[in-house]
Amino acid sequence: MKKIFSRPKSIKKTPFHYCPGCGHSILHRIIGEVIDEMNLQEKIIGIPPAGCAVLAYLYFDIDMGEASHGRGAALATGMKRVLPDRVIFTYQGDGDIAAIGTAETIHAAARGENFSTIFVNNGVYGMTGGQMAPTTILGQATTTSPGGRKQRRDGFPVNLSEMLAIAKGSAYIERTAVNSPANILRTKKAIAKAFRVQMEGHGFSLIEVLSPCPTNWKMEPVEACKWIDEVMAVHFPLGVLKDITGDKRDAH
Amino acid sequence: MIEIDSELCKDCKLCISVCPHRLIESSDRMNQKGYYSASFIEKHPKKEGRKCTGCGLCAISCPEIAIEVYRA
Amino acid sequence: MVSVPFHALRLRSRCIVPKVLMRGNHALAEAAVRAGCRYYFGYPITPQNEVPEYMSERLSKLEDGVFIQAESEIASIHMVIGASMAGGRVMTSSSSPGISLKQEGISFLAALELPAVIVNMTRGSPGLGNIAPAQSDYFQATRGGGHGDYRTIVLAPNSCQELVNLTYKAFDLADRYRTPVVILGDGMLGQMMEPIALPPEVQIKKLPHKDWILTGAKGRPSRFIRSLLLDPFEEEEHNWKLMRKYERIIKEEVIWETSFGDDAKLMVVAFGIAARIAKGAIKRMRDEGLKVGLIRPISLWPFPYKAIKELTKKVRHFFVFEMNMGQMLEDVKLALEGNGEVHFYGRPGGIVLTPLEISRVISSYYYQKKLG
Repeated sequence: MKKIFSRPKSIKKTPFHYCPGCGHSILHRIIGEVIDEMNLQEKIIGIPPAGCAVLAYLYFDIDMGEASHGRGAALATGMKRVLPDRVIFTYQGDGDIAAIGTAETIHAAARGENFSTIFVNNGVYGMTGGQMAPTTILGQATTTSPGGRKQRRDGFPVNLSEMLAIAKGSAYIERTAVNSPANILRTKKAIAKAFRVQMEGHGFSLIEVLSPCPTNWKMEPVEACKWIDEVMAVHFPLGVLKDITGDKRDAH
Repeated sequence: MIEIDSELCKDCKLCISVCPHRLIESSDRMNQKGYYSASFIEKHPKKEGRKCTGCGLCAISCPEIAIEVYRA
Repeated sequence: MVSVPFHALRLRSRCIVPKVLMRGNHALAEAAVRAGCRYYFGYPITPQNEVPEYMSERLSKLEDGVFIQAESEIASIHMVIGASMAGGRVMTSSSSPGISLKQEGISFLAALELPAVIVNMTRGSPGLGNIAPAQSDYFQATRGGGHGDYRTIVLAPNSCQELVNLTYKAFDLADRYRTPVVILGDGMLGQMMEPIALPPEVQIKKLPHKDWILTGAKGRPSRFIRSLLLDPFEEEEHNWKLMRKYERIIKEEVIWETSFGDDAKLMVVAFGIAARIAKGAIKRMRDEGLKVGLIRPISLWPFPYKAIKELTKKVRHFFVFEMNMGQMLEDVKLALEGNGEVHFYGRPGGIVLTPLEISRVISSYYYQKKLG
């Protein structure tokens, strides 16, 4: 019997503090697998968000630098300009990137800054208790959209990845999910490709990952994963939004 | 064959929902954190000849990296 | 470590040293580059636009130079944070409202113990104010507009040469103490042109190695730089650690200048451009026999409390002159500890007095107090 699946080396043995069924846990692991498989542990630097994943540095065995809420794209810009041969990535939630951090993200994409962003979209502000986020969909109830998001009171949700695809400096933008094994594997491929796009100097890359937040959605994890397929992905369709490399092969 | 670290499990039941051979069930014993963790029932009498193929879908789905997978 | 002692350039300027006529904003940018600054992130705002303009030209000519005009002052301070984490000598500049935007970033720089230089060319405030020179950011600079118990070193030049010297020195101070350093200038200093002796170029490769920066975990364990400390005991200890650092800075880095202090009956206390104007006024008053002197804080934090208190052994009357509604005034009162008499004269909103005008105000007070 051969062991064919175990913890990635670049993920520390610390048990995750995330809720049962949280997408962060899955994402952390597959990023760790990509770092291992592409041999990036010694040259990668990550920037965690303000949000549930603020403590990501307790889990990733890589250099990491804290950003204040929303400003990851600006930190990554400064860092990558100083260290152009390292792989820099930001890891940001939907509030972090599509509310307070929108300007920094759009402009980093417009400038074609050569770093990668992993945008974890769970449609709520998780860490602060489940408030409405820019990606909360109409009708979705949160603690600041009681009765469901209403267009007149709360406005429409934001499709940031579609907006970023317009930026001339964006090289590769894909939306995936981590709600099923097939989608998890697709996300892993997308992250690996984003890192390769960065290493080849093509410009800004971003993977938006639809991620379950069972606690704040008030659903069981299995139900939350189904809700992503049946409801969330209708408003945030999965797929490649931009790819200037035209490269169909797997990153590794 | 799989090994589940029951102390890491948070009973999200994702592995249970993806196993094609229905070889994972919630245990009736609580772990230290108070979860009824997932357990691999290959040795269980009621499993009626189903065998683990080492497909790894459970481990891929597990948020806690609690599952290790072995294949012949 | 290369650092140009504050007085060295003044001595050299009595010998034949080549000088260039430069605008303050250009000169400070040149001084930064010569101090090893290769990363500048800024945003347009009057009266400091010449700084990003100069940097865009100067850094593009250097192989390792990076200039970004960011999308906002918030973005630029966070680019500073990222670049500082990666080990670079990095600077940003702005003016009053833009510095307000940077406050969260500055608190983070202090908490994360990151070196950086932040230049504020103060303008009329509050709000949009105007683009005329002012000194109304003293509180913001020395008390922090950012959250938490932290300090930044604050240096206040009063001439273009001093702007050059202090900007050059700021990078060493920032690296030595792993702390942000604020150069508190104003619109007049930034725009005026004076002959400058430029400092020598720092050899970046010879700068001390930084063993805490983020570069990818090659040949060493991974590390992280963060300021989130959820355990109050850990957060408390971090605050005490910062305090111990600030105590070292207070002991070592106070700078001030006294002029005409030996027989003064009235000491003017002023900083920055107000002090420059006061110097002209004091020369006039001395010519007319008034015994007025000047004490000029150059480091606003750490503030020269002891030096001011020392003066109370010989002088009873203090005249605080600032281009604001009374900010350094509070530090002067703290320094005096109730000794002596303090008079305040301030002009906010971008009003710049001439030496003649302020000499009339000071003389009038001098005679009113029967000091002659």
